[in-house]
Parts: sequence; C-alpha cells; structure tokens
Amino acid sequence: MRRGHGLVFWTGFAVVIALLTVAPFILSEFWRRFLTEILIWGLLAMSSDILIGYTGMISFGHSAFFGLGMYGAAAALLTTNPPDLWLALFYGLIAAAAIAAFVAYFSTRLRDIYFAITTLIFSQIFYVVIFTWTAVTGGENGLNFDQPALGFGRGLSIPFTPTILHWFVLAVVAGSYLLLRRITRSPFGMVLQSIRENEARTRAIGYPIERYKIVAVMLSGLFAGLAGVLYAIQNQFAAPDFVFFLVSGETVIYNVVGGIGTLVGPIVGAAFFLLLREGLSRFLTEYYLIPLGVIFIAIVIFLPQGLLGFARRWLNQ
Amino acid sequence: MAVLDQPLSKTEPNSEPLLAVDGIHTYYGKSHILHGVSLEVGRGEVVGLLGRNGVGKSTTLKAIAGIVHPSQGEVRFEGRSIARLPSHRLARLGIGYVPEDRRIFPLLTVLENLRVGFDRHGMDKARKTELIDKAYTYFPVLAERRNQSGGTLSGGEQQMLAIARAMMLEPKIILLDEPTEGLMPRMVSQIQEIIEVLRRQDVAVLLVEQNVPLALGACRRVYFIEKGEVRHHALASELRATDAVVRQYLGV
Amino acid sequence: MGNAIDQILIQTINGVVTGMILALVSSGLTLIFGIMDVVNFAHGELFMLGAYVGVLTLAVTGNFWLALISASLLIALLGAAIYLVTLRPLIGRDPLTTILATFGISLVLQNYALWQFGPVSRKISEPIGGHFTLFYLDYPWYRVAVALLSAAIIGGFWLFLKFGTWGIWIRATTQDRVMAQAMGVPVPWVLTGVFAIGSGMAAASGVLFGPFGGVDPTMGLNWILRAFIVVVVGGMGSLGGSIAAAIFISLLEAYASLWVSPSQAVIVSFVVLIVTLLVRPTGLFVATPK
Repeated sequence: MRRGHGLVFWTGFAVVIALLTVAPFILSEFWRRFLTEILIWGLLAMSSDILIGYTGMISFGHSAFFGLGMYGAAAALLTTNPPDLWLALFYGLIAAAAIAAFVAYFSTRLRDIYFAITTLIFSQIFYVVIFTWTAVTGGENGLNFDQPALGFGRGLSIPFTPTILHWFVLAVVAGSYLLLRRITRSPFGMVLQSIRENEARTRAIGYPIERYKIVAVMLSGLFAGLAGVLYAIQNQFAAPDFVFFLVSGETVIYNVVGGIGTLVGPIVGAAFFLLLREGLSRFLTEYYLIPLGVIFIAIVIFLPQGLLGFARRWLNQ
Repeated sequence: MAVLDQPLSKTEPNSEPLLAVDGIHTYYGKSHILHGVSLEVGRGEVVGLLGRNGVGKSTTLKAIAGIVHPSQGEVRFEGRSIARLPSHRLARLGIGYVPEDRRIFPLLTVLENLRVGFDRHGMDKARKTELIDKAYTYFPVLAERRNQSGGTLSGGEQQMLAIARAMMLEPKIILLDEPTEGLMPRMVSQIQEIIEVLRRQDVAVLLVEQNVPLALGACRRVYFIEKGEVRHHALASELRATDAVVRQYLGV
Repeated sequence: MGNAIDQILIQTINGVVTGMILALVSSGLTLIFGIMDVVNFAHGELFMLGAYVGVLTLAVTGNFWLALISASLLIALLGAAIYLVTLRPLIGRDPLTTILATFGISLVLQNYALWQFGPVSRKISEPIGGHFTLFYLDYPWYRVAVALLSAAIIGGFWLFLKFGTWGIWIRATTQDRVMAQAMGVPVPWVLTGVFAIGSGMAAASGVLFGPFGGVDPTMGLNWILRAFIVVVVGGMGSLGGSIAAAIFISLLEAYASLWVSPSQAVIVSFVVLIVTLLVRPTGLFVATPK
C-alpha cells in the first residue's frame, strides 16, 4: 500500500513537472511570466504553511521575510559587478534568516492571537523602516537593478532568458517542495503537527516545544526569503509594497483557499486565487476584488479544508 | 435503555411528569458518555441521581439544562420536547441550573449576580425587588455582601449565591450538581434546609450528590447511574446508606 | 516660534486629542475581543465607512451631529449583519477562521469603498469653527470638542455597561458565556449586539476624525494597526486598559513628532508594543498579570 502510494505520488509529480517545464514553449509571454509568478507566490505560501498548517501558528509576518529576501538580493545585485546570482541568494537568505530569528524569539513567548498580531506589526515595522530610509532602500520607489546570469564558477555563465529563468524558478520551487515534504514527513514534522493539535500534551510528553517552534519559524522564514530572492531576480526591482502586511494576508489566503497542512494546497491556492483575480479583473475592471473577497470568505466558512480538502473528500466518495 | 426495577408511583398516575428524560446519548468528541439515560421528575418532587465520579451524572444535568445536546433520545419538560433548545430558552421555561463548580460571575457583585437572571420583559420593578428580598431572607449572608464581587466570596457563600441566582428565574425545577462538595458541615445542613424550602415551594429538584445520607434524607426517589446508564431506581425511604446496593454503585 | 515648553504642552494636548479618538476605536475592538474572542480585522474599515456615511449625510443635511448619529447607527447595523452572516457560523471553530473571515471582510469593504467613492480624499468640514489662542498657536476649538465628545461616548458606554440591563448581560457573557446563557441571557443576541456597538463606536470615531485628515478608502489601515497595538498594550478585553494605552501611545507619538516626521513617529508605538510583549505580555496597563 505504501509503495503504491509512493508510486502514485512520484508519477503525479513527474507529470506536473513535465507540464511546467514544457509550458514556456506553449504559453504566450504574458502567461509564461504569470506562471513563473504563480510558482514564486506558491513557494511563499508553502513556506507559510509550515507555520500555519503544520505547527499551528498563524503568522502575518511573511511579507517581512519575503521583502527582506528581496532587498537582500537587491543589495547583492547592486553592489557587485557583474551581478552575482549566488551572492544574491546568499544575502537574501541571510537577511530573511536574521528576521526569522527575531520573530522566532517571540514565537516562543506568545500564544496564537498575540503572535499573529505581533507578526503583523513586525511586517509593518519593516515597511515603515524601508519606506522612510530612502537613502538605503530607495524609499517609496524601491530599487532597480540588473538581472544576474546563471553562473557556475569560472567561465560558464548563461544569461537568463525568460524560459531559462522559468526553469530555474521551477527547479528551485520543486526542490523546495521536495525538501519541505521530506521534512514534514520526518519525525520532526510529526512533532510539529503534534504541537498544532495539542501543544500542552506535546509538552507534557517531554518535547522541548520552544526549540521546535524556533526551527519551524526559521525554516518558514528561509523559504519565504528564497521566494523574495526569486521575485527580485525575475522582476529586477524591489519595492516596499511587498513588505506591507496585506501581502502576508494574501499569503494566508492562498494557504486557506488551497488547504492548510498539505504543502501542495498553498501552491494550488495561489494559482487559483491569482487566476481568479486575473480573470475577474478582465470582466469587472473596477471592483473585481469584491467578489474575490466574498469567495474567500465563503471558502473560510464552507470549505475550511480548502480546495484540496474538498477535492479529497469528493474523490473519496 | 429505561431501567426501572419496579413500577413506582411517582406522581398521580394520569399526569405527565414535570421532566421526562428518555434514552439520551451524548458524545464528547469520540467518547460516548451517556448510553441511554432515562429518568423522571414529578412536580415539586426531590429526586436524587447518585453514582461514582465520572459516570455521567453532571453530563445528564447538562443535557437537561441545554448546555450539551443529546445526539439521540428525548427530553420532555411539561410535555414539550426541549432537547434541541438552547439553554437560555430553557431557563425562561423554568429550568434552573446550579453547576458543580458554582460558576458565579466573579467580577459582578452579589446583587448583579442575582439580577442577571431576571431582567426580562414583563416583570415589574416591585416583583423584582420582592424576589431579591426573598433571596436575602433565605440567604442572609448574601444580603450582607450584596455589593461585594462574587469572586471574593468564600466557597460556601458562592454556593448560596449560585442557588439563589437560579431561584431568581422562578424555576419549576432546579438541577443541583453536588452542592455540598467541599463545604463545611455547617453549610451542608444549610443546603439541606434550602432543598427543603424549595420542596415546600413546589419547586422540583434533581439532585446529584456523593453525600449519600444527605441525598437519602432529602430525596423521595433516587436513581443510580453507572457508566452512563441508569442501573437502579428506588424509593429513598427503603434505603439505608449502608445497604449493599448503595455500596455497589458508590463504593470504591 | 514658541519655546520648547510651549511646544511640548501643545503636543500634549494633541496627543490627548488623538488618543481619545484612538481610545474610542480601540474600545470597540477590545470589547469584541473580550466577549467573543474575535480579532476584528475589519474594524478599520468600519471606521472608514462610518466616515463616508458622515460625508454623505453631511452633504445631504448639512448637519454634523446628524452625520455622527446616522453613521453610528448605520454602521452598527452593518456590523450586526456582518456578524450574523459571517461570524455566527464560525462559532466553535478554530480562532484562525475568524481572523481570516474578518480579514476577508476588510478587503471586501475597502474595495467596495474604493469602487463607490473613488480614491480621492473627501472632506468633512468642522462643525465647530473658530480657534482660541493657545500660546503662540491658533488652536482649533474642534480638537477640544472631539476629545470631549469621545470621552463622553466612552463614558456613556461605561455607564451603560455598569448599570443597564444589557450592560449586566454583556458583562456576564464576557465572564462566563455558558452560565450566562443558562441564566436566561440571550447570548446569541448579546454577541450580535456587542459587535454592533463596537462597529458603531468605530464609525463614530471615523466621523470625528474626518475633519482632521480627510476621508479616503485606505484610512482604516493606519488606525487598525494602532488599534491592535493599543488593545495588546492595554490588555485584551480591558476597556480601561485600552483607554490608558491609547492616550499613552498617542502622547508618545505626539512628542516624537517634534523630532521626526509623522510617518516615522509611528515607530514609537511599535517600540511600545515590543517592550510590552517582552516585559508584560498580558498588557502594560492591566492591574495584575493573569
């Protein structure tokens, strides 16, 4: 049974990857870019799922991790010539990790709602700092920079075409997904879920909850920062808008719409939401966000397991 | 599963009991707590519900009071089915509830605690004052502490307050959950007097107790519960605290 | 320009004025949280919509007081409707769901306002004109009036809680919802009522704030963040705590804006929050830590 299940998974996974790899050749420029962005937002949502879906900690702070990953990458890409991809990754991840450590400290001392509000306010703190520290961050206008090339040490350097960039993003996101999947299915991941279900009991059994939470936050922050780096590379700019807490809110929306605690769900949720937004904005140019919001609320009330959960139940009947 | 060892004449044969519980089942998550509890209480009658800890006595009272809802079975009060009604409707219908840990409102004064229940339409000021005065008469200690916060009262005083608070609803039946638990002997006899007062005023009482002599003294009939079911039913007058059947259901 | 003392004193008054409005907004938020454990993300939007209703009523009737009353009532009704439709079905579920639902509502309301009214800021003119001389400034009477009005509304509400029938019901429900219901309190209606009252208070704040800064669809965002900070610093569910925290934070921000720009002064409130969370997470202004 186990082996059969594994086979189903890997087959499905291979099919999806194959489709996504071939997509740039089929899709128009606009949709190709759109798909790449879905992957990036999906990665962000997936990182947030570690906290929401697996550890049971609601965080509205992911825009901070994302934003710092973005600005960290910007720092690297602006200060080196030629711009170095790996340095951008490095800077971005370090920046995100630093913030994650800060947030992680608070995560161990605050319960649910306080933690949620605090993470939200942290996002805003970074937003204000970035917005007003114009000299360093470019303030409202953000930063523009050149795209790095895909370099592998001496000599070998491939400039990013849209397609190659797409593949790079796909590789990073797919790799992240597999890595996170491995982690959530490991004993560590099991403890996280146990914390979500009943923190007191998990603590009573003897697990050092604080340490697990800190690791969870760091993990979540790192992958969120990674998403930020990818975004910076793709779009070649960094702006404070992405640090505003609404981005965190949208991330949480993707999680819930797709289905928390599934890793794949958030990516599906991101895709669904972004496609819906794109579609609605063509028909109802002005107020398309209203029906979107209503749909989201309806999903929260009626489909608490998200789209994935709903599909699962429907398939099981 | 309604288990009555012998038919007992509870009230006049041709009248409906005030409260009739028929085969109720309750669940707490996946745990099956009540496995079909049935019992009856007549108008103005004092009935006891005895059993060890954890057998479902409190749950039975909660099911009657509307705090938990049975997934199966019927609860009828004055002939009408009430199992699905929310507890505030039941309070208005005349079901008073005094929970096991008293649960008076800690940040409200004694007077405010009493007032929570009866500020409802159709009751004029005079009647309200009358009821409050009645409470002060039966529970003089509450009159003394009328402006103190409920949380500052002693255990026994809180118990008095909890009972008085339920009485403000002018209920037809009061569900009392272990009123003497943790009280000094002096207060225990006060509780006994209160139950007697209620009986004289034609208020029915369904009393959950671990204190067997008190229960046998105050009640007309007693039910014995074990593992979520009523196992035995007898007239209190025919039982002694030392009887084998009592030890069977309450002993260790 | 006046000397430093004058400036500090003026900022003190400014701080108190803003603090009172913030207190009014936060009272609704902390009340809703205290009684039903709901973090109302949409509170800022209720504030904003209240301001818009004020603008419209003012345009039609020309009467500020009518605007204040109509905004409070209408948005209170809106609040009740929102509660009944989206929050009541979520009772008993994971608290995460109410945060998400109210977040979704805030998005809907914000975009509705954007669609209906456009992004350009509107003006509510001050009902009480004129200035008086405060040191070297012409200080508007209206600001003083706002502080007094907010205090009056909060005070009136406090009295209502202490003495009215509904007041006792609300307090009982906050302390022990199950037993309140067992005593005959119609808890579902009390919860709806509290949400309505909280919404109405937010709306009133919006109208009062209108003349200060103009009315636009994003005005709620600023206030919701500060309101959350106030509620946490003041102790969630504590009315007195929120008022104290609101004034405290507003004063600090007012003083800070003597040195830095207003958009940077807001960092002060963030710092206060962090300090609170480190030192006394249940609230700086709560008497005894729970």
